[in-house]
Amino acid sequence: MSVSDSYAKWRYRYVPDHLLGEVLSKNWIDNAIPFAFLLIVVALFGSLIPGFLSPAGFSDLARQLGEVALISIGLGLVMLAGGIDLSVGSTFAMANFVSLALINSLGWPVWAVVPAVLCVGALIGLMNGILIGYLRLRAFLTTLATLIIVRAAVDLLILSYAREVAMSMTMSEAWFYLGEGFILGIPVNFLLLVAVAIIAHLVLSRMRFGWHILAVGGSRRSAYNAGISVRRTVCATYVISGVMAAMAGIFYAARLGSVGPDTGIGLEVTVLTACVLGGISLGGGRGSVFKAFIGTVIVLMVTNSLIRLNMPSGSTPLVLGLLLLLAVAVDIRWLKNRHKLLSRVYVSPTYFDLPEDPSANVDATSSYAVNDKFRDVTAIGLGDLDGPEDMIFDSHDNLYTGGRQGDIVRFFAPDYTRSEVFVHLGGFPLGLAMDKDDNLHACVAGMGLYMVTPEREIRCLSDETNRSLFSIIDDSRIRMADDLDIAADGRVYFSEATIRYGVSDWAVDALEARGNGRILAYDPKDGSTRTVLSGRVFPNGICMVDDGESLLFAETWACRISRFWFAGPRKGQVEAVIEDIPGYPDNINRASDGTYWVALAGMRSPAFDLSLKMPGFRRRMAQRVAMDEWLYPNLNTGCVLKMTLDGTVTESLWDLSGESHPQITSIREHKGALYLGGINNNRIGRYALPEADQTWTSQNDYWGRT
Amino acid sequence: MTEIGTTKATKPVWPRLGLTQETIVLFIAIAFFAVFGVTLPGFLASDNLLSLLQNVSVLGILGVAMGIVVIGRGIDLAMVATMAMSTAWTISLMNAGTGALTAVGLGLGFAAVIGIVMGILIAYVEIPAIFATLAMSTVIYGFGRLALVDLDVIYVPEDAAWLRAISGTIGGVPLPVIWFGLVALLAYAFLRFTRRGRYIFAMGDNYEAARITGIPVRPMTVVQYLLSSVIAYGAGIITASLLATVNIRVAQSTMVYDVILVVVLGGIGLSGGKGGVRNVIVGTVLIGILLNGMTIMDLSFTLQNLVKGAVLLVAIIVDSLVNPRDEQTAQQGDI
Repeated sequence: MSVSDSYAKWRYRYVPDHLLGEVLSKNWIDNAIPFAFLLIVVALFGSLIPGFLSPAGFSDLARQLGEVALISIGLGLVMLAGGIDLSVGSTFAMANFVSLALINSLGWPVWAVVPAVLCVGALIGLMNGILIGYLRLRAFLTTLATLIIVRAAVDLLILSYAREVAMSMTMSEAWFYLGEGFILGIPVNFLLLVAVAIIAHLVLSRMRFGWHILAVGGSRRSAYNAGISVRRTVCATYVISGVMAAMAGIFYAARLGSVGPDTGIGLEVTVLTACVLGGISLGGGRGSVFKAFIGTVIVLMVTNSLIRLNMPSGSTPLVLGLLLLLAVAVDIRWLKNRHKLLSRVYVSPTYFDLPEDPSANVDATSSYAVNDKFRDVTAIGLGDLDGPEDMIFDSHDNLYTGGRQGDIVRFFAPDYTRSEVFVHLGGFPLGLAMDKDDNLHACVAGMGLYMVTPEREIRCLSDETNRSLFSIIDDSRIRMADDLDIAADGRVYFSEATIRYGVSDWAVDALEARGNGRILAYDPKDGSTRTVLSGRVFPNGICMVDDGESLLFAETWACRISRFWFAGPRKGQVEAVIEDIPGYPDNINRASDGTYWVALAGMRSPAFDLSLKMPGFRRRMAQRVAMDEWLYPNLNTGCVLKMTLDGTVTESLWDLSGESHPQITSIREHKGALYLGGINNNRIGRYALPEADQTWTSQNDYWGRT
Repeated sequence: MTEIGTTKATKPVWPRLGLTQETIVLFIAIAFFAVFGVTLPGFLASDNLLSLLQNVSVLGILGVAMGIVVIGRGIDLAMVATMAMSTAWTISLMNAGTGALTAVGLGLGFAAVIGIVMGILIAYVEIPAIFATLAMSTVIYGFGRLALVDLDVIYVPEDAAWLRAISGTIGGVPLPVIWFGLVALLAYAFLRFTRRGRYIFAMGDNYEAARITGIPVRPMTVVQYLLSSVIAYGAGIITASLLATVNIRVAQSTMVYDVILVVVLGGIGLSGGKGGVRNVIVGTVLIGILLNGMTIMDLSFTLQNLVKGAVLLVAIIVDSLVNPRDEQTAQQGDI
């Protein structure tokens, strides 16, 4: 092995390239930019300002947060639904004035003031909501107008009543407690903020109303067509925003007790900056409560620090404005380019050195030599089928197969000319198996493991397994169940070909040559599913060995067949049976003479074999060349092998002309005939085996029936 | 295509009467004029009418600039900040002894740079115009306060006679009104007869279609904001000449909403592609009469704001009734 080969081998074994793409595909990655920004802000000002990181500093920040972050969460909800609320600053000022007027001049008790002020906020929000939600006005200009109107109203009130409000002072302890109290050393309003944030988060992520908000923001038209009351949802977000601003106003009033005319001026820009900086997208649909919160922390830290640094006047608006521009620009560019970046880095090939393959030429001495035994294969359901990946027989000899339309089709014995749609599963059935009671088990791509009883009742046996501890992508969901077999004790062992790709792009997994697949076991006793073997290269066909404690499985891109012990003294061990198959093995099934049939879905090509040793080449290809032009494994013509348990290939059957039955992904021996399926085929092939036992069926043999 | 912007700009509200928003507003303006003329003492005095025209002309010039941007489906919320800071810099440079030509050149250059920066942010970085200009207005104010101007109120130097002459009179007509007329005429000619003017309508009508047709939409967007900033600078110089001072606090006031009010009232739809200079003139006249009447009635500044806000709200409601949007036609992210 050359130096560059061993370098590539080690480099691709130990550098986890695939993690980058997986991290980028997570939703929480949107938080990374604001979080990094927060760290920079803390580091910068922490080093510039002495005492920046002291408990007292944090206490001040927490109390301010308890006011501003409330408004941010309200505005955040409005933005998530695709709107914007600029009137929050004026609502805040109005709430401040009204609560001081009620408690100081009119002497209302605190328990009456709070709901009254919240109602004022809700009313202002309702005005916005009716105008924007129901009358369909433009949010930006409408809330601008209400900003001016409410601000003018506050100014008028201050002109008329400021003296009265300022002259009298309440003596309410509860009121002061709202503004200055601590619980366990934490400001009261911060605790309330935490409670509100948690509730808002739960509503947004777990409840119907929150989902409606996200749906409306994500796509207004789709939400409308899906029957969501778009207008009411939009209106409600403005009401919430008004209430939140009013709540913040109450705390502000309780803390400072001043009715100054500049209360809340410019607050909307601060809060808007906070939301956008936190990563809540303009135009809606993307964002969270946490993002509003983190954005507010950043903005408050920056503005407070600028004040404490005694920066000249003008620097605060300058910095805030630049921050807003930067945040919006990053948001827009990120949204626009994220999926492009993702598609560039997601495919991450690794080094894989395939062993030299035995020749399959016509005059080759190996048992792989090409012949024309399949010349006389007859077709079943020609033209009616689309993608019979696998087929299976019940105890009455009826033939079942799947199809791309999501059906299971049944062909009636004995001549298999009549057929009916047995059930409609809704997904593409790949591997099929039959238990001893004629219950059909199917691996359905994208859906999981399903069972169909003879009475056509469909049951989902499993669509998730245990989440592995350190995987970044969620591997608990079964995306690509491929083939299965049923153990003597009733447990179903099935393969999931890859956890990184789905139904539409599984072929891309071939470029990676990494062990992305696994074998799962479903236990009918308690309905649980566990991963029993992981890190295999596209595990595909599965076939039980008669000893009852091991199974054979094919790793397609690795061109090998291995044996895995799931019970007994060798439990957990894997042993390669054949490692140098000249093609890509698919399903494995039992033969009447105690050996095994293996379908090769395609044959290896020297070019692709070579590329497996050049991961950098495949990466560049995935990045720079259009997907249709990529080098893929050849999956168009193959053959059927017969192999013994010790790995000796005794026979191979080919269709030399490629006319009778090319592309074989599955074989099933039944009563002296070999049935052939192909995932890209439009028929099932039938090949007579005159020498074989004409009464043998796999089901009877395996389940001990006669 | 050739009819857009010069004839009926909007669909008639009441088709049977053949009324457009523009003519309705014009009638309302005339009605207000008549009512104020009868009820308010001194409204029809020549001094008052002259000051009305003068005040209105600056608003009108800004309205023309805003109109150009709005027709191209944009909005310029930084216009007043640009006007205030660039003019204030010019005047404070003159106070510091810089030559008038240099000072004006620098101020104009500053305004132009602002316009180009905004245009690039909107056209190339693809920030929505409303946010780019809102943030820019804060940035411009902050930057100007930090680096260019020391005081909130700057007085025009005594020896700058040419500056005062800008707001003089010719044959009894105040020059600002003539400037307004000139700007309106040039803008009309630009929008109506030049190829680039037609591009702006096409972009406002259907931005994507304009882009596919091969119109250089990105450079044209920059041109729009460049134009609006430069025109705003001109309006700022006229204001400085009229008042003999520049108050940079106007950058943070609600003046820019008056400008939007003028544009929307006149009947230029905010979704772009509709309207023209005539709509701006009509809107300007109505707002001028309204403001002047309220000032004579001695309504407080706050109350005037309230009325303006309410009128703006009504104008937007009418706009949305005339140009309705619903779930099927609204554009995603169009706020």
